[in-house]
Amino acid sequence: MAARISVPQNARRGDQIEIRIAIQHPMETGYRVEDNGTAITKNVINKLLCRYNGAEVFRAEMGSGISANPYLSFFIVAAASGELRFDWVDDTGVAGSERSAIIVA
Amino acid sequence: MTKWINRRGFIARIAALLALPLLSLRSARAQTPAADALLDKITGGAPIQTGRVRLEIPALADNGNSVSLRVVVDSPMTPANHVKSIHLVAPKNPRPGVASFFFGAGAGKPQLTTRIRLSGSQGVMAIAAMSDGSFWAATTEVAVTVSACWDAS
Repeated sequence: MAARISVPQNARRGDQIEIRIAIQHPMETGYRVEDNGTAITKNVINKLLCRYNGAEVFRAEMGSGISANPYLSFFIVAAASGELRFDWVDDTGVAGSERSAIIVA
Repeated sequence: MTKWINRRGFIARIAALLALPLLSLRSARAQTPAADALLDKITGGAPIQTGRVRLEIPALADNGNSVSLRVVVDSPMTPANHVKSIHLVAPKNPRPGVASFFFGAGAGKPQLTTRIRLSGSQGVMAIAAMSDGSFWAATTEVAVTVSACWDAS
């Protein structure tokens, strides 16, 4: 699963930094049918976790009400240099992950 | 001197007064039984108060498959006083629970942007769970021109 994540590479301690994440995923609702009449099973990214230097700062639990190619933006406080790690998983168990380094001055 | 208490004005005032608690009660409840059950699950039966949450969503959405929204909660994010989670509820969607977002220590200001699906015009709710155990909500009516899941049976 391809994902685009926007995290500032540098920040000052105490800054509010905006995290923007967009993951390529159809977010199948389970209500759609194919042309031949077979139902397409529900498959959505149900969980997304954002860890900052190992500690969970943000978690999203999503359902079929989130649009295809889910987009999220939220804020964290720049506390220390290190790594932001994003992990997500869909209904079929396919997981994705992305990491981004941040330098906090 | 103007005669400010006439019969009509008096009746209007009484009606407004009576409608006030009704309005605040209504806005904190969802419009469908499924959504009400979901709200109870989120809050554990605690009352939901109106206010402190701002739900920015277009009043008219051309395409229900992708409606962008922003939730802003009026709250500090200190260890003693913070927003624990934000929940999005679309009462008339087949699955009213759209998403829940949880903020850990180290989270920034309680603000969130995403894109949701809407199955028809409805009042979308954003509920914020505070660290003191209170729940606050905002409901915004959205008119949807082309509903999501229009091709569903």
